[in-house]
Amino acid sequence: MTAALVLLGATITLIGAFGLVRMKTFYARVHPPTLGTTLGTGCIAMASIVYFSVLQTRPVLHEVLLVLFVLVTTPVTLMLLVRAALFRDEAKSEAGEASSSAIE
Amino acid sequence: MSTLVLAWSLTAAQFLLGLAMLCATFRILRGPRAQDRVVGFDTLYVTAMLLLVTFGIGLGTAIYFEAALLIALLGFVGTVALAKFLLRGEVIE
Repeated sequence: MTAALVLLGATITLIGAFGLVRMKTFYARVHPPTLGTTLGTGCIAMASIVYFSVLQTRPVLHEVLLVLFVLVTTPVTLMLLVRAALFRDEAKSEAGEASSSAIE
Repeated sequence: MSTLVLAWSLTAAQFLLGLAMLCATFRILRGPRAQDRVVGFDTLYVTAMLLLVTFGIGLGTAIYFEAALLIALLGFVGTVALAKFLLRGEVIE
């Protein structure tokens, strides 16, 4: 059970990171890593909960904290980042081709 | 048998997470613009956190969980600070 969950979480995270490499534009690139932060973290934390609960024969639930924290913070950071990216793209298109290298 | 399967799958999972960290590092090094690098950094710290959780399962201690929580906390603060910098650093220009 723990083995399957750990493998599943790691595979999902790898797929997400691979999508980060493969996607063409920034706005497409924001999406794949969330696969790792939601399902990957959920699966691996679930594996940890199952493992330690079986090992200590009592419910060990502190990994829930990790999942909750990551689930809450990921949308906040990505929304801030996309807002910054939108701002930078607008600034770049206003500045024109001449100074685009300076902004980059 | 069961412990052997668990140890093997933990090693495989650590290998896969290491590959994911390599992908994120590639995006940090190669990202065309600054926001791509920040997304790569975000992915990198989440993957490092998961790697620490798998280390904790493998060694059977709860200390690695606390380290993972710390990484998640500091990574969140770092990413928010970088996004804020990207938002405001160009207001001056």
